Amino acid sequence: MKTFKVVSQLVRSRMVDLLKKNSRIDGRGLLDYREIKVEKGFITRAAGSAQVSIGSTKVLAGVKVELGEPFPDMPDKGVLTVNAELVPLASPAFEPGPPDENAVELARIVDRALRETETVDLKKLCIKPGKKVFVVFVDIYVLDYDGNFIDASSLASIIALLNTRIRKFRIEEGELKYEDEYMPLPIKHTPVTITLAKSEDGPFIVDPNLEEELSLGNRISISIDELGRICGVQKLEGTLTVDEIFKAVSVAKTVAPKLIDIVVREGGLSVQ
Amino acid sequence: MSTEFVRVDGRLPNQLRPIKMAVGVLDRADGSAYVEQGNTKVLVAVYGPRELHPKHQASPDSAIVRCRYHMAPFSTKERKTPVPSRREVELSKVIRDALSQAIFLENFPRTSIDIFIEVLEADGGTRCASINACSLALANAGIPLRDLVSSVAVGKYKGQIILDLNDEEDENAEADMPVAIMPNINKITLLQVNGVLTEDEFKQALDLAIKGCMEINRIQRETLRSVYSAIKGEEE
Repeated sequence: MKTFKVVSQLVRSRMVDLLKKNSRIDGRGLLDYREIKVEKGFITRAAGSAQVSIGSTKVLAGVKVELGEPFPDMPDKGVLTVNAELVPLASPAFEPGPPDENAVELARIVDRALRETETVDLKKLCIKPGKKVFVVFVDIYVLDYDGNFIDASSLASIIALLNTRIRKFRIEEGELKYEDEYMPLPIKHTPVTITLAKSEDGPFIVDPNLEEELSLGNRISISIDELGRICGVQKLEGTLTVDEIFKAVSVAKTVAPKLIDIVVREGGLSVQ
Repeated sequence: MSTEFVRVDGRLPNQLRPIKMAVGVLDRADGSAYVEQGNTKVLVAVYGPRELHPKHQASPDSAIVRCRYHMAPFSTKERKTPVPSRREVELSKVIRDALSQAIFLENFPRTSIDIFIEVLEADGGTRCASINACSLALANAGIPLRDLVSSVAVGKYKGQIILDLNDEEDENAEADMPVAIMPNINKITLLQVNGVLTEDEFKQALDLAIKGCMEINRIQRETLRSVYSAIKGEEE
């Protein structure tokens, strides 16, 4: 990624030295997230929305639900699409234009965790097999970028989906009939994504801020659901050994419940 | 590992598809390679290190790597539009990330190394075959490398962890997981999981992937050795 932010050698070497003593330049513990704030239903025109801040990284996710056609290979299922925009107001490194490779990668990481766990029960969003289904659009807007937009986006997306309300419907003789009430989307799981970073010979940290992202060199994102299953991995920049990857997975599994608690609380789920 | 489990194409769970590799297959490119893994066919050209346009993208202390993964319209079951899809954009990025760690970029400041990948036929494992072809093409271009990057996918299919998935397996798999490694320095340069795995399955899958990568690395080395020892023989 083009980066307009420059981390001085002094900060970089201090950061790496501190990590060898298991402490971080901003005073956080190795497995501490920055403060996470959630605001739901922020966009009233959206079917559901959530703005999540992790420290000063801010992401807004909005959900729209429209009628459309199913994919030919899945005629009896609704459609879920995830799109991400790194809008230029979020960072001097973001430029206007169609989504670049970083935005595409972000959307696909979030999409994968939702899709592979079948978080949204798409079978319940089919109206007429092969002809008409509900299409759920999740649009991710990175508003302010101070590192780790992946975890913020995955949190915002799942909370926005839980926040989504659609008109209650029934199908009468193949026709769609709406009722007056609203209902939530059929959501089955609560996957979250944990991004870890590591210097060459330091320990793993979670939730790298921008300075850490730019300095540490090795990064991996791991998605975990509430059952502790791995539902997506993306090694980002750098290289890791096999043992380091196993370590990253076990760290992600210990951290995931904290994020899932936030999803459950903010998503208004009773504890499963 | 159970040996009873026979796959759609008759392979064992830990068996690679037949592999063909060749280097120097294109005349204009600085380096090139062709790789077949089963029905998957990939052609790669490397241009560079060369002067970079636009110049403002240049890095003052290293080469930059640009990579385009692209699928031919006739490579898939249904015709694929030649316009790059989001998948191709993502794969271009992860392939670049998987390779650039292996290149001594600091030796070529202000230049670009451009890698062009064309998938001619796609039958599963195209990003892995691409990475295998890319490292051969980089070597063929005479670009100094820390290691030959070797790659293969593993997956979970009907509850079984299997190596080197073909398209049919990939489509019906519970999970697939492409992996690339630099075997001599023991580093993983590509790792993605698409699907759901328990931690134990993940470990089993990664171990199997490493074994597969080592086998592919051996074939890559043989390919290069056979070409260059033949050239050496001619000179003498």
